[in-house]
Amino acid sequence: MITLHNHYYQPEVETMAVDDIKKLQEEKFLKQVRHVYDNVPYYRDLCAKKGVSIDDIKSLDDIKKLPFLSKDDLREAYPYGMLATDIKDCVRIQSTSGTTGKRVVAFYTQNDIDLWEECCARAIVAAGGSNEDVVQVCYGYGLFTGGPGLNGGSHKVGSLTLPMSSGNTERQIQFMMDLNATILCCTPSYAAYIGESLKERGYKPEDNKLKAGIFGAEPWTEEMRRDIEKSLGIKAYDIYGLTETSGPGVSFECEEQQGMHINEDHFYAEIIDPETGEVLPEGSKGELVFTSLDKEAFPLIRYRTRDITVLTREKCSCGRTFIRMKKPMGRSDDMMIIRGVNVFPSQIEAVLLNNGYAPNYQIIVDRVNNTDTFDVNVEMLPEDFSDTPKKITKKEKELQAAMKTMLGINPTIHLVAPKTIARSEGKAVRVIDKRKRLGISI
Amino acid sequence: MAIKQLSIFVENREGTLVEVTDAIAKAEVDIRAMSVADTNDFGIFRLIVTDYDKAKAALEEANCFVSITEVVGVAIEDKPGSLAKVIKLLAQNNINIEYMYAFITISRQFAYVVLRVADNAAAEKILVENGISLISDDDIENL
Repeated sequence: MITLHNHYYQPEVETMAVDDIKKLQEEKFLKQVRHVYDNVPYYRDLCAKKGVSIDDIKSLDDIKKLPFLSKDDLREAYPYGMLATDIKDCVRIQSTSGTTGKRVVAFYTQNDIDLWEECCARAIVAAGGSNEDVVQVCYGYGLFTGGPGLNGGSHKVGSLTLPMSSGNTERQIQFMMDLNATILCCTPSYAAYIGESLKERGYKPEDNKLKAGIFGAEPWTEEMRRDIEKSLGIKAYDIYGLTETSGPGVSFECEEQQGMHINEDHFYAEIIDPETGEVLPEGSKGELVFTSLDKEAFPLIRYRTRDITVLTREKCSCGRTFIRMKKPMGRSDDMMIIRGVNVFPSQIEAVLLNNGYAPNYQIIVDRVNNTDTFDVNVEMLPEDFSDTPKKITKKEKELQAAMKTMLGINPTIHLVAPKTIARSEGKAVRVIDKRKRLGISI
Repeated sequence: MAIKQLSIFVENREGTLVEVTDAIAKAEVDIRAMSVADTNDFGIFRLIVTDYDKAKAALEEANCFVSITEVVGVAIEDKPGSLAKVIKLLAQNNINIEYMYAFITISRQFAYVVLRVADNAAAEKILVENGISLISDDDIENL
């Protein structure tokens, strides 16, 4: 039997009646819109362009009238255009990696940081954490939100925090074993790598004291979750967040591992049709949009995450009443429809990582005789090449089967020589959709 | 005794073989034997050359993807029935030939053949026991 107070970090909100959550959200929303409208000229201009005035917003339902914010807006407003408080009220910035363009810089007041850290604390407690735990944080520290977020959450819970930051696997393993770490926080691919490294050093899964892992910041699959759980002897929990709204902890998994509970007292979530912007009913698949209800310094209204997911209000047996989101299936701007099936490059990337390949690939989609062709070029592993085509052909078939499991349709895999696919950070190189050139509607 | 074979991964598009042969030419290495294994997507160009280290370095310099495999080099008498004899010997000893190809070099006395088998040492032992000459990397330089 789990006692309630060990089970939730803030039971009064985490198990609040749904009607009360909605009432709380509306109250906070109306206050927040006023705060943004009064202090962010950029957003006021967007409203004016859309013909909306603050006086039109009288309930949470009226949120539909308000304009969306996108990453492009944040770039245009860089660096101070979205700031809603004086700089003297801010105590920190965090920033995105900037891999898809100009960095986004987010500002935090002390209160913003406290609430963010509380969100992370809820995630740690949901993963079974308490002040008796040793939490090893090997997300990067610095501008990236992963390290600071989980570090702060671990402090709030009162756990002993190991601020390891990323890399230096030798030292990670030494501290993990010597200090009896019980909860591991890092990216899922790094967790898998630590698992392999432990095995290489002759450790069995039961040799470490870890009981749980909180993994996020990159796409991963259920298959990967099972592998990590097995190799480390733990239960692996998913965590979601983005720098634009705060960082990790926007939503988190409970022991049911059936989607992530969104911290609805701080974030209002909507699902929209990425094409039309229309709000979709609960249970529909669409783009996730967040409104920060409590952020002071960097409060975003209707921020389009580009993540495609589904929300469900279905009762969770953990007792939390917060709405749950499925693990994002991909990014709306990357979504392809091939033979009628939605395919995301992130899914292909996850399959490659799970099968030991570098996430360096090229997708080529075309239409021949009214049928979509779907080819994926992948760099082979040097050890798979010798003097006959047999092994390469076999590896291609294996990878194709793994892709079919993940995507539901069969791509044709072409293994190519290592280092022959351009290492570009842009998205255009990853996907070549020849159907667009032909003017075919897809 | 086994000899070293270079295998080069070549995509099925125009010009890839030019890159490979150019690199070897620039390194001033002679090709002694060659064969190509191909699929719809790619080919594997196999070469026996006079200096495999030099050729490999030059190919890698030209961004070619190369691996080295040991194969058996056999010198067989240049008269009817000699090749059949070698193949029969291996078959009788359950040694499967994965692929084989001939040298470009012409000598009046011998024909040189490359054999790819799973177990080089076993094949070599049987051939030598039956009076068939093998060739080494040193021989190739002097062919």
